[in-house]
Parts: sequence; C-alpha cells; structure tokens
Amino acid sequence: MKLSKEQVKHIALLSRLSLTEDKVEMFQEQLSDILTFVEKLSELDTKGIDPKFQIIPQENVLRKDISGMSFPYEKTFMNAPETNGKHFIVPKVVKK
Amino acid sequence: MEFEAVIGLEVHAQLLTDTKIFCSCKNRFGDSPNTNVCPVCLGMPGSLPVLNRKAVEYAVKAAIALNCKINSSSIFARKHYFYPDLPKAYQITQYELPFAEHGWIEIENGDGTKKRIRIRRIHMEEDAGKTLHGDSFDQNSYVDLNRAGTPLVEIVSEPDISSPEEARLYMQKLRDILVWIGVNDGNLEEGSLRCDANISIRPEGSDKLGTRAEIKNVNSFRFIQKAIEYEIGRQIKLVKGGGEVVQETRLYDSQKNITKTMRTKEEAEDYRYFPEPDLPPLIIDSQWLDSIKESLPTLPDEVRGRFVKDYSLTSYDASVLVRDRKLAEFFEETVSSYSGEPKKAANFIISDFLGILNEEKKELSDASVKAEDIAELLLLVDKGVVSLRVAKEDILPEMVKFGGKPEEIVKKKGLIQISDESELINIVKKALVKNEKAVEQYRSGDEKKKTKAVKFLIGQVMKETRGKANPKILNDLIPKVLDETE
Repeated sequence: MKLSKEQVKHIALLSRLSLTEDKVEMFQEQLSDILTFVEKLSELDTKGIDPKFQIIPQENVLRKDISGMSFPYEKTFMNAPETNGKHFIVPKVVKK
Repeated sequence: MEFEAVIGLEVHAQLLTDTKIFCSCKNRFGDSPNTNVCPVCLGMPGSLPVLNRKAVEYAVKAAIALNCKINSSSIFARKHYFYPDLPKAYQITQYELPFAEHGWIEIENGDGTKKRIRIRRIHMEEDAGKTLHGDSFDQNSYVDLNRAGTPLVEIVSEPDISSPEEARLYMQKLRDILVWIGVNDGNLEEGSLRCDANISIRPEGSDKLGTRAEIKNVNSFRFIQKAIEYEIGRQIKLVKGGGEVVQETRLYDSQKNITKTMRTKEEAEDYRYFPEPDLPPLIIDSQWLDSIKESLPTLPDEVRGRFVKDYSLTSYDASVLVRDRKLAEFFEETVSSYSGEPKKAANFIISDFLGILNEEKKELSDASVKAEDIAELLLLVDKGVVSLRVAKEDILPEMVKFGGKPEEIVKKKGLIQISDESELINIVKKALVKNEKAVEQYRSGDEKKKTKAVKFLIGQVMKETRGKANPKILNDLIPKVLDETE
C-alpha cells in the first residue's frame, strides 16, 4: 500500500513534526513499506469470523480502590529533558 | 425569519474515587504538583493500566440515576493526540461500545413546565494532566500530571436543549444528581464538572439541523448560559447577514463575553481511535448491576415528590431541601423528632437555619447543630417557653456559632419568654411613660392610628425585653393597660 505525500504530511502535522521535503519522501517510502508488509494479513480469509477487540479470552481485570506508592520527584523527573524540580518544563504551547 | 437554537451538551464529570482510574495513585485535587504520579499515569513504557472497580461502580451509579440502559459488555479505546499534558499521547476512553446509552433527565423551566432532555451515551475515560503557561516573557509551559488518570464520565446529551436557560438548568440538574448520589463533588471552579456545548440554529419549526459550532470548556453555570446566548446571537446575525455558520471549535472568553475561533474543521483533530489492547472488555452482569442499584439512594425528584405529598410542603420549599442530600436528610430527621407541623420545620430550616449557616460561612456538615436540636428549639417556641424571635435571633445563631443545646442556651442566657401577666403589665407601664406620643396617638380615637400605636408599643416592649416578651399576650395586654389607665 502506497501512502501519498499529503498523507505523510497529515501524519506529521498530527504528530507535531515539521518535515523537510526530502524527509517526507523518505517517510513516504518507509511507511509504505511497513503498510505493505502488514497488508499481508488481509490475504487471510476471515469470512464468518466475528471481529475481535482482544485476542486473550479475558474480561474484568479490576483493582480495588486502594492507594499505593507514587513516585518520588527524583524518579519522576529522571528522564525529563527539563524540570524545575516540581514540573515538567516544555516549550510554550498555545491553547489546545 | 425567526430562528430557533438546537443545543447539545457534553459534560465531563470527575468521579470521587480515592485513586485514579488505571493506577493506584491518589485522586486528589490541590496536592503539590507531580506528587501523585507513577509509571502508569506518567505513560512510561512497559507499564499497564488496570481498571479501578470503584470507578466502574460510580460510573454505573451515575448512568442508572440518569435513566440510562447499561450495556453488559463494553470496551475501551485509544484516542490519539499530541499535547504535553497527555504523556502516553493517547487518552484511554470508550468509543465504539460505551458502557451506557439512551438515558434522560427532566428539567423544570422557570414557568414550571417540565421537559425531558435525552442522554445519548455515557462513557468512561481518563482525565489529562494540567499545563500551566508562564507569563508572556516566559518561553515555557509547566506540566503537572497529578490530574492525569483521574476517572471521568463523559455524559453526551441529544440536541434536545433549545435555549441557554435550558442548558443551564440541564447542567444544574446533572450536577445535583451526581452530587446527590455521591459520585462527584459538584465543584465547577475546580474543574470537577466541565461542559462543552454544541450549538446550531435553524428556521423556527424546521426539522433539519444546521451546521454546529462547539464551545469548549465553560466552567460556571452563569457562563454556560451567557456563552450560549452569545453564540446563538452570533449565528443568527451571521445568517441574517447572508453569511454561513462554519463547523468549528470556539472558545468562550468570559471577560469579554464573546466566543472566538479556536480551530476550524480543516484543522479538526483526527483522533485515530482503535480498541485499547491493554484492557480486556468490561462485563457488567445483572448480579453486579443489581448490587450497584441497591447501593443507590432514593433520587432527588422522588424525595421531592414525597416531601410535597407527606409533609404538605410547597414544591419550591421541597426543591430547596433536595438541592443537597444531607439537607434533605436533616429535614427528615428534624421532622421525625418534632411533633409540630413539618411545614414549620421546613420554613425554619430554609429561611433561618440556612441563612445563619450562610452568614457564618459554614456548611451543614461542619455545624455541630443536630436535627434533634432544631426540633427541640421549635418545640420550645410551640410551648411558649421562648418567642420565635428569640429562637431565631438569639438561640439559633448561638447554636451555630458555639454549639450547645437550645434548653441550655435558654437557661444560660436567661431567654425564657415572659408570659407572666403581672410582670408584663409592669414592663408595659414603663414603656407607656417613655412613649407618650404613641399613647396620645392611641387615645386620638382613630382606629387606624390605634392599631398602629399598639404595634409600635409591642415593638418597644420587645426591644426593651430583647425579644423575651410574649407578643401574643402583649397584643391584648397593651390596649387593656391603655384603656384602664385612661
């Protein structure tokens, strides 16, 4: 399955990525390859089989409403690119 | 051409569980930023969500109270978008198969007419974190993920609402029900309840739907009404001027009282929903459903009806009492230990007790006044031990401020009503000396002036005795004394 350049740009926009024209071409090729690979699945005949949302026959895995340990700051912010010790700092985002 | 508005509301309500929906972090407003977080709600790779049973039960409670059909089987989905307050870059929600559908609530318009607003669906989802923006010189935003993972229900109405007032009434009714059944704290300012409105207009009587605009995140009852009022006006003006409403998301600016474009259809989000593979289907069987039903209290509308029927209260008084479940229970407890008319108890609670609580900035639950104390106080009035005025102005405020039983306060402060005639005669005589003008007025012979003078003198005696004199006795006694001393 071949993705169009417009589709690649749309996905980039949704992912908040800005791509140069040559990157768009690169991702167009790579993403198309991935989709072609996955497309192999549709060769299977699924007639008469109910759509499944889940492959493991499980239901109602629930927990009790009891609080447990939360993270201390040093763990929470361990991988954060930037922090003031209490918040994650991110480049200013305008209104949603 | 006249236009009519078509409005549908999407209300997000936080559930009052102790912990988050998919992890065991505390679900608590106002804690230090990022203290209630763990690998699950931080979206760390390899962590897995596990659904909170209590969150399901609260959501189902809400759905039953809103007359919904509960789906025995429902699934969760991922809704994708990029924003710093959403660490996984997807929100776990329900999409194809929500747990509840086809409900309704009834609102009552100002003129007493009732209207049923249908509810299309209710689904469970997780809340996002909070992003704080620095001032205009600050190039940063600050992310607090304490709220991320707070359990929510999203309640989606059908477009059955036709005026800004109805929208407010619907939201208020929804709030009252959710607070009543104990699943939400009703605090709009803290964001416990948030509302998005879908608004369109069409020529009056038409059955076609116009293009709608969505207004995001309106956070007070007053603003819901005002934002919708503004938006309807904007759309009508636009169409009358030959323009067209475009499908878009708009933001309400409460300071300017306007709505403005946030994003247009072209920029609309593309959420790429798919079933959440980390969560198995949720099955609510009849046994579980029944046990949740049993745990629900009688709903406010039913209690209100009972108050009107059993206690002969006016519909208005009953409505005031059922605005808060604790208050309704307080009233019933008062009535059960009071032998007088329930209506008297209702009046006293609504106009006096609530008034004093309000003045003292106290909630019913933090005042130490018990229902039986109110009943005792009312009985003291009925028996003539204290006057109603003393009960309202001296005893009740003391009870609210410092606690204590009515009878003790009466003894301590010497508030027993003076009903002894010879004692009252002495007091009246003194009052007559001090108020010659009124005495003259009485003696002028004019009936109107006479009544007026008596009323004035009763007031003076009441003032003199700080409300302790029995006004009923004074009413006969004052003319008697005046006539005898002529």
